[in-house]
Amino acid sequence: MASNKKYWKSEAELNPNDSIIETLRQNEFASEIPVEDFLGDKETLSASTTNRRDFLKYVGFSTAAASLAACEGPVIKSIPYVVQPEQIIPGVANYYATSIANGFDFASILVKTREGRPIKVENNTEAKVNGTANARVQASVLSLYDSTRVQGPTAGGNAIEWKVLDATVKAKLNALKGGSKKIALLTQTYASPSAKRLIAEFAAAYENVAHVTYDAIAEDAALSAFEAKYGERAMADYDFEKAELIVSFAADFLGDWQGGGYDGGYAKGRVPKHGKMSKHVQLESNMSLTGANADNRIPLKPSQLKVALAKLYGKLNNSTVGGGDSSIDAVVEELVKHIRKAGSNAVVVCGIEDKDAQAVTLAINELLGSKAFDAASPRYTRQGNTRAVNQLITDMEAGRIGALFMDGVNPMYTLPNAEAFKSAIENVDLSVAFSANVNDTTAVASYVAAAPHYLESWGDLEMKKGHYSLTQPVIKELFDTRQFQDSLLQWMGSDKTYYDFIRETWGGQILGGSDWNKALHDGVFAASVNPIVNETSAEPSTEETVVSAVAIDAAVRALANTQSSGMELMLYSKIGMGDGQQASNPWLQEFPDPITRVSWDNYMTVSKVDAENLGLKNENVANGGLDGSYAKLTVNGTTLDNIPVIIQPGQAVGTVGLSFGYGKITGMKSELQTGVNAFTLYENFSNVQEATIEKTSGNHEFACVQLHNTLMGRGDIIKETTLEIFNTKDAHDWNPVPEVSLNHQEVPATSVDLWDSFDRSIGHHFNLSIDLNACTGCGACVIACHAENNVPVVGKEEVRKSRDMHWLRIDRYYSSEDTFSKDDDQKEGLDGLGLGNYIFGDRQGNGSLSGFNRMEDPSANPQVAFQPVMCQHCNHAPCETVCPVAATSHSRQGQNHMAYNRCVGTRYCANNCPYKVRRFNWFLYNNNDEFDYHMNNDLGKMVLNPDVNVRSRGVMEKCSMCIQMTQKTILDAKRDGRVIKDGEFQTACSAACGSGAMIFGDVNDKESEVSHLKESDRMYHLLEAVGTKPNVFYHVKVRNTNEG
Amino acid sequence: MKKVPNRNQFSGVLGFFLAAALLFSSSLFSQEPAVASDTEVAADAGTGDPVKGKQLFNQNCAACHKLNGPATGPALANVESRLADEEGLDREWIYAWVKNSAGVIASGDSYANKIYNEYNKTAMTAFPTLSNGDIDDILAYTAAPPKKIVVNGGGDGKTTPVETSGISNNIILGALALVFGMLVLMLFMVNNTLRRIAAANGLDIEKDKAEKRIPIWKAFAQNQFLVLVTVILLLLGSAYFAYGWMMQVGIDQGYEPIQPIHYSHKIHAGDNKIECKYCHSSARVSKHSGIPALNVCMNCHKNINEYTGNPEGPSAEDLANGYTNEFYTKEIKKLYKAVGWDEATQQYTGESSPVEWVRVHNLPDFAYFNHSQHVSVAGVECQTCHGPVEEMEVMYQYAPLTMGWCVNCHRETNVQVEGNAYYEKIHAELSKKYGVEQLTAAQMGGLECGKCHY
Repeated sequence: MASNKKYWKSEAELNPNDSIIETLRQNEFASEIPVEDFLGDKETLSASTTNRRDFLKYVGFSTAAASLAACEGPVIKSIPYVVQPEQIIPGVANYYATSIANGFDFASILVKTREGRPIKVENNTEAKVNGTANARVQASVLSLYDSTRVQGPTAGGNAIEWKVLDATVKAKLNALKGGSKKIALLTQTYASPSAKRLIAEFAAAYENVAHVTYDAIAEDAALSAFEAKYGERAMADYDFEKAELIVSFAADFLGDWQGGGYDGGYAKGRVPKHGKMSKHVQLESNMSLTGANADNRIPLKPSQLKVALAKLYGKLNNSTVGGGDSSIDAVVEELVKHIRKAGSNAVVVCGIEDKDAQAVTLAINELLGSKAFDAASPRYTRQGNTRAVNQLITDMEAGRIGALFMDGVNPMYTLPNAEAFKSAIENVDLSVAFSANVNDTTAVASYVAAAPHYLESWGDLEMKKGHYSLTQPVIKELFDTRQFQDSLLQWMGSDKTYYDFIRETWGGQILGGSDWNKALHDGVFAASVNPIVNETSAEPSTEETVVSAVAIDAAVRALANTQSSGMELMLYSKIGMGDGQQASNPWLQEFPDPITRVSWDNYMTVSKVDAENLGLKNENVANGGLDGSYAKLTVNGTTLDNIPVIIQPGQAVGTVGLSFGYGKITGMKSELQTGVNAFTLYENFSNVQEATIEKTSGNHEFACVQLHNTLMGRGDIIKETTLEIFNTKDAHDWNPVPEVSLNHQEVPATSVDLWDSFDRSIGHHFNLSIDLNACTGCGACVIACHAENNVPVVGKEEVRKSRDMHWLRIDRYYSSEDTFSKDDDQKEGLDGLGLGNYIFGDRQGNGSLSGFNRMEDPSANPQVAFQPVMCQHCNHAPCETVCPVAATSHSRQGQNHMAYNRCVGTRYCANNCPYKVRRFNWFLYNNNDEFDYHMNNDLGKMVLNPDVNVRSRGVMEKCSMCIQMTQKTILDAKRDGRVIKDGEFQTACSAACGSGAMIFGDVNDKESEVSHLKESDRMYHLLEAVGTKPNVFYHVKVRNTNEG
Repeated sequence: MKKVPNRNQFSGVLGFFLAAALLFSSSLFSQEPAVASDTEVAADAGTGDPVKGKQLFNQNCAACHKLNGPATGPALANVESRLADEEGLDREWIYAWVKNSAGVIASGDSYANKIYNEYNKTAMTAFPTLSNGDIDDILAYTAAPPKKIVVNGGGDGKTTPVETSGISNNIILGALALVFGMLVLMLFMVNNTLRRIAAANGLDIEKDKAEKRIPIWKAFAQNQFLVLVTVILLLLGSAYFAYGWMMQVGIDQGYEPIQPIHYSHKIHAGDNKIECKYCHSSARVSKHSGIPALNVCMNCHKNINEYTGNPEGPSAEDLANGYTNEFYTKEIKKLYKAVGWDEATQQYTGESSPVEWVRVHNLPDFAYFNHSQHVSVAGVECQTCHGPVEEMEVMYQYAPLTMGWCVNCHRETNVQVEGNAYYEKIHAELSKKYGVEQLTAAQMGGLECGKCHY
């Protein structure tokens, strides 16, 4: 059966005249390998002094030398102190209370130092206000050891001495004194009583001084609205613990809204107690962390949000406000029902950068008499004034500014009109930028004054009226730096240091007889009687009330008339990056965003509907990575190109989101130059812009750590129920124990066991409780774990290959139906394979192929659930039984041990782990130029925890349940000869958790909190049916979906 | 770089010489006490008793004063005559000064203020308890200190028998070898005699047969089985030694590096009986025992600026190593240089150069060891792991510091639970479970991997 069929391998073969095909028939490669060229050059070869024999000698010698050298141990030097500081004992950690205030993040914290090096940030539990460190604050300790920091003052890129800078500045200041040109200070928000007094004194000394406060991400609308109503430039404070109903209009209060720090109070109200929990309704356009936690999330365009807010105000006042479409009316109707029911227990918050919207929000809260609303002692953590900033740039341009001093700001990066600023600064005679890092602003300033990190500085804070905090240095300046405040004192000719100045301020105004040392030790000081409070909390006079009522009516009308055509862009800040100050921090770059789970990038979030209309795509490619299209955004003539696109479930149709903080280039290592700079679109400091979107060519490679977005109806991973069912039904209805078949009978999975049980009733038995109701997904624990356990940073390429090393991840799931419970119903309803429908049909049948295929897609407005997952420390651990070298083993205390020095890297354990929490060191991540992050330079290595091993290549690692911390607690107790109290045992994640979602302790101590939590009805284990008996347990998530 | 001398080999030989030296030297000192008592009588210092004075001086003054050379306070040798000659001050002034120096300064006395300022305004402690008689005694001592009375200690007598017992072993061995040698010789002679007798009696000893025999190596080569067995045995043997050699790689038992300052634990912990944890204080509370900071050294060495430990002169062994008094004094000067202490002015210059000690005990990174757990909680003596440090002239690594060594100790050592409330419950329950009186560290969980590796 001869056949004349011709098989061809490529199209080119069909062309008989193709010479390449002809060559390839004879040769392996199309073109000649240039061996002849290389070896044929006899002259070069013979000219070489190294002949073949020499080469072999060298090889032999170096091999012998290397093997001989390997037999000899290195000589290790030990250099003790000459004079050992009294409080430092090598090997024992010291803790200092201090505060961060970098203009964006404000928090009272504890800093753990070892041998004088700060290595970890902890929460300050003494603090009543902002005592918890978010992910960025947790990571800020690494920024101290940033190898790209400015190491001394410079002028035009050349290092100079401070005295040179001082002489220049003083001469200029004296020349300007009393002249026509102004001296301008452009600074971050300090919220500091001492800085305020210092700048006032400076202004008095040099007359003609203008102080402009500038927040990169403005809260100007909230500040102005509050100022108009209450006469003080501040922001109202909210205590969400007291609220039974929270209505949020795009306020990302679990993120960075008005300075953040609200998650602790919020989470307390969210845990069902005595059948009650708060209800949270979120109206927003981007899917924010706050929206993801809401019981009811309503996606609306920013323009619709304004109309809805106006209508809400109208309804509550029983008047009618026109505008908008009927769908908004229905939403508002529903809201009003809820609010009426909650009365003064309701609170409304607003994150729209619009003065009218903020004013109306304040009016609504006043009207409700909201208990959670606190205008009497407001917050000072944002003070920026956008009008003043614009005025300053105009003045600079006009040559009216003689000297400009900048501290904590980076206008060349954060201003939308950076070019205008650049041309304006050229008209300023002297410009000095205080900065810890080289950035776009230091590049244009005539002098760069090296500023210290906050851990090297003195400072004080008043974050909320009457609540003071102190910043103290925990390490001597690493470089030749000097803080702005000390410089001002120097330039004023004062011989005081800023420390003296703070003590003066505190002694005079704040302490009122209390002990300074106590305040410094605690880090916080709450003024018991605050005389200032009485001044502003006075009732507004009737005249003022009338005026404000008129103003509110105007504001409501303005809001109701909001019109919008086309796409609306909502700019926001990500948990990981904030305003981008710490962009050179590799921990934060590698931190996966809680919502999209993408690290090392910012991106444009777009709804699925819009994506389809615009032809934008997301796809998983063969190597497992996520790819996305590129798009071009144009706002008012400014274009930002090459923005990668993420299709975001829950994104309001007609809107897109883009986060600040990325796209920094100047002064950054090349690996850390990620994303695009959204500040260029931040026209008029408004976070809402009208934009046009266009698809551009090419695909962007994302480093996304979670590629599967839905639960597929597997309700046993995240168990959840509604408050109604929780209150009315039995636990086994909403928290059923999975059943397995034993001897052809269904029995509870917990009753069946493959292994013999080990007696763990003696000694300690550690358990970690995670309450899915309290967990907001903020990710502070992820960074805390990173810092505590020397987890390496692997870089974007490796994360894309799913080689991220985070010991603790926070899984985020979307529902594919409207709710997770409908997912379960959907799964239950599947029948048969449905092959026909799957292949030939519309894939809408109820066969499992079509059904599961549908369930892979998240809903347009899905429910969202977060679940922190770390090693579950199974009592019957599948990893332990498969390790061929017994490198992982179990302890009596419930921890699953991992002996790195024993591990040979077979990775059997990772394969056998049902929770996928084991991480493999594919490379040597320290001292390796391929991973040029903090573990590749001496400075960055200072942050390493000396109590935890730095792992080498080829070994498996995982969460140890912070065994170094539990062992230390035990040892301390043994040394003191005492019994351990509940609460002493902590892990890095449980200590970092500001919302109280993670509680760690000893379950053999029957009085401990964790024992009580384990007895709770809501308790369940992850994948209970597998029978691993984990030592980590979760609490069923309860949603308050009660009707109004 | 690392030297691991075989101390055992030398110790015997050294011991022999040492014993011999001691044996001869002891007789040389027998006349010393007589000399000492002579000087005692010769001491002429007015009314005071210099012997009593010495005791008082050491108790009250020596912390800050030395006889010769300045310390915290001025030198006190011949202080009375010096004051009388140079300043015209009498004994009454000294009484007043000693009992209440602050008062004398406050009274505006010119010399008192001068000396107060000269010594960095360090106020001298008042000694109101000292009587005039006591002060007389002290002055008598400072005028003519009695020479050191060397009591002929029994030490020489005691050490000798111990050492001879070590030598006797060698003698016994030598004697045995001699006996065996003689036995061999005798056998050889007997054999020869028998042959001679045989030859004389005309008996043939079958020499021819013996010549025809195949040489033994050839026979061996021909027996393939034997060759195989031998080769296997040789391979096994070499594998055994190779394994043994490889297993000692990285084990630095006996590691005895040369340190930048010759610090003698023998003098500090042995001769002067300074408690280990006086210097290594962090061993009580920290995972590190800590190399003491130089300011700890200066607590004592502010006053001790020379080594006088060997009044009778260094021993032969020390001399052989160069450990003379001058040698040690030079090492103290090294400390002063490192810490930046100016002896002349008795002040810190502020120019310090930290000492780069060579670390002797190096645990690998992946092994967690906590000193305070062992020292404070378990009450383990330092010597258990570090060996007879008080006898070490140069510090060396005594224990192998291998995991097997750690684990063995954990298996054998009972947990010290008395009076420790932490252990009460767990010990009661666990000992019941294991049916033992006393729990070992291993039973308490001291063998779990994660307790030391994380």
